[in-house]
Amino acid sequence: MKSLPLIFLGVFFTLAFSWTGIVLTSQIQLKEFTPATPDLVDSQDQPAPGGKYLVDGETIKNTPGMTANPQPLVGEAQRGKLVYQQMGCLYCHSQQVRRQGFGADFERGWGQRQSVPRDYIEQDRVMLGTMRTGPDLTNVGLRYSELWQFQHLYDPQITSPGSIMPPYGFLFEVREISPLTGPSAEAIELPEAYQPPAGYEVVPSRRAKDLVAYLMSLHQDYELPEIKFTQ
Amino acid sequence: MSSNPSLLQSLSPTGDADISLKARLGEVDASMRKPAMLFLVSAVFWLLLGTVFALVAAIKATNPDFLGGTEWLTFGRVRSAHLNAMIFGWGNNVIFAVAPWIMGRLSRARIRHTSILLIAGIFWNIAVTVGIFGILRGDMIGVEWLEMPSYAAPLIIITYALVGVWVIIAFRWRQTDHVYVSQWYLLAAFFWLPWLYTVAQIMLIFEPATGVVQSLTNWWFAHNVLGLWLTPIALGVAYYLIPKVLGRPIHSYYLSVVGFWALALFYNWAGVHHLIGGPVPAWVISAGTVASVMMVIPVLVVGINHHLTVVGLHKEGWASPTIRFVMFGAINYTFVSLTGSLMALRHVNEVTHFTHFTVGHAHHGVYAFFTMIMFGAVYYMMPRLLLREWPNAFLIKVHWWMAGMGILLMVVALQVGGWIQGLQMNALNEDGTPVYSSFIQIVENTRPWLWLRSLSGLMILIGHLAFGVNVFWMIFSRRRAGEQTAPTLLSPTTEQA
Repeated sequence: MKSLPLIFLGVFFTLAFSWTGIVLTSQIQLKEFTPATPDLVDSQDQPAPGGKYLVDGETIKNTPGMTANPQPLVGEAQRGKLVYQQMGCLYCHSQQVRRQGFGADFERGWGQRQSVPRDYIEQDRVMLGTMRTGPDLTNVGLRYSELWQFQHLYDPQITSPGSIMPPYGFLFEVREISPLTGPSAEAIELPEAYQPPAGYEVVPSRRAKDLVAYLMSLHQDYELPEIKFTQ
Repeated sequence: MSSNPSLLQSLSPTGDADISLKARLGEVDASMRKPAMLFLVSAVFWLLLGTVFALVAAIKATNPDFLGGTEWLTFGRVRSAHLNAMIFGWGNNVIFAVAPWIMGRLSRARIRHTSILLIAGIFWNIAVTVGIFGILRGDMIGVEWLEMPSYAAPLIIITYALVGVWVIIAFRWRQTDHVYVSQWYLLAAFFWLPWLYTVAQIMLIFEPATGVVQSLTNWWFAHNVLGLWLTPIALGVAYYLIPKVLGRPIHSYYLSVVGFWALALFYNWAGVHHLIGGPVPAWVISAGTVASVMMVIPVLVVGINHHLTVVGLHKEGWASPTIRFVMFGAINYTFVSLTGSLMALRHVNEVTHFTHFTVGHAHHGVYAFFTMIMFGAVYYMMPRLLLREWPNAFLIKVHWWMAGMGILLMVVALQVGGWIQGLQMNALNEDGTPVYSSFIQIVENTRPWLWLRSLSGLMILIGHLAFGVNVFWMIFSRRRAGEQTAPTLLSPTTEQA
């Protein structure tokens, strides 16, 4: 093996092989995925049973009148996703539910069904995550209230004593209560030990509100043609 | 160099040095002096900075209030700054110092127009600085191993091209008939990484792929940075240094051919094992698992080949700083790779996935294998570039013991702690409810192990400081008459004793 072109061809084809297999083939497989209703119908609007994987516009289509999922993020939640990225939430939290019997994702209450590729087709940045220093967040929007989220971000010890999650106090503003307009409607309630000095209030910044909107938007509580609950 | 002929004087891998060859290698060394020193000094700088980032992140993982009010140093950012400083700052800089130099030496080809390499060095360090600044500032991209903001990418791609082209030119105009194992590894790595990086940039940043294809591309890229860049470079360096320092040829040329092509074929399919159980096509995962297990072949082949080259020369190896570090790395290559193959099995992965076990594994690979071999290479290269010896053997010993024991402690702590964490996350009572129903309880149980990780990080920091002091001491020391000319060894060898 002495020739540069031969070595080059070898290293080229080995890498091209895996790229074709892992990336290109999956892209071809997934690129036609569209949001889907839990059940599909044929061109006469009759139920089309069976594990139809792709929605083919001509023969099989979404059930009219039912909501197709997943839906794209909009507005605050979309901006909040950027905050999620910038803070590196991804490094401690996953956004994927494994199937029943593989791990204990169902039993821990992280989802009613396994996550499938279609769940992620509307996302411009997919953050499945590879770490669960903290819990999975696939369905975190269904688990807690907005207030809980604000308190938890302000200082995780408020809602989860013993947590090792970093506090995001810098996403909040501690400010003097305006003598003219009184306490802000946006100020968050805090337990005694975490309250600011008298005359002050803790108000979430726009980024904190966006982030909470994003967290509240996270849910996979719909069925798809290829996946039903408790599957 | 005369005191110890059999150990360090053998300048060709076959052990027969002659004057014209020495002169030739001297020319190669002289041509690479400036660029290699630029890359090396930058590498040491990033190594120290990356270690500080690591320690901050590690302390934050047990004490979240530590620097908790500073947005720039929040865990997610400082952790990514650590990763990027280590991979792109330390790893790539040290590779850019060592790889063209070894390629030049093996090809007996002087590296010409080294000012281009100097420019590459400046570009590279600007790119890494901008990238890490961007991460800390909040421009981080949510893709593991590609966190640097996209404005750093063009400079990175240009630098890969500027350095890679010299490796290829040196090989193309080589003055030797024989092609060494190291040369394939270096050549292949310098082809692979720019492709990987460019494809990943396009498919993830400029024109993001659909849905989970992003995750597949992400892990195809990220695992291949390890498998097709750091690994072949470190193996190439080990294949060069072991025979060179010990004065004995590689045990089997045939085995090294098998090892190389098996690695090329299997490693680049393995990355998707990071998505086992995830929402990706099942066949891709199966292919990734098969490839991960097939990696046993190149790993054992390389392990056997290295071992049979060293066998019987352990005493000499122990005396040489280079061989101590390189053998530590080579042995850990076998261990970390076999662990990796096991972790790709679905039932093992069910426990280790999403836990600190994987973090331990990553450090095992990048540090205990790659970084230790590169330390060995630096200990070998610097005396030849600067024509003076390492000023202090004690500092080398401190470096070796602190780095070696530190990384072992880290791997054990994270993998034991991670395994427990994984078992506890999955544990179910007979009625199907989780045994550890409170997640916080599991988090609390990982804390002691994370404390041990911080301790190991402190040991490694001490090791790196010793290394850094020795490097700068060597650079700034003047050559004096009657100065030591024999290599700095860590213990007496057979002949001296």
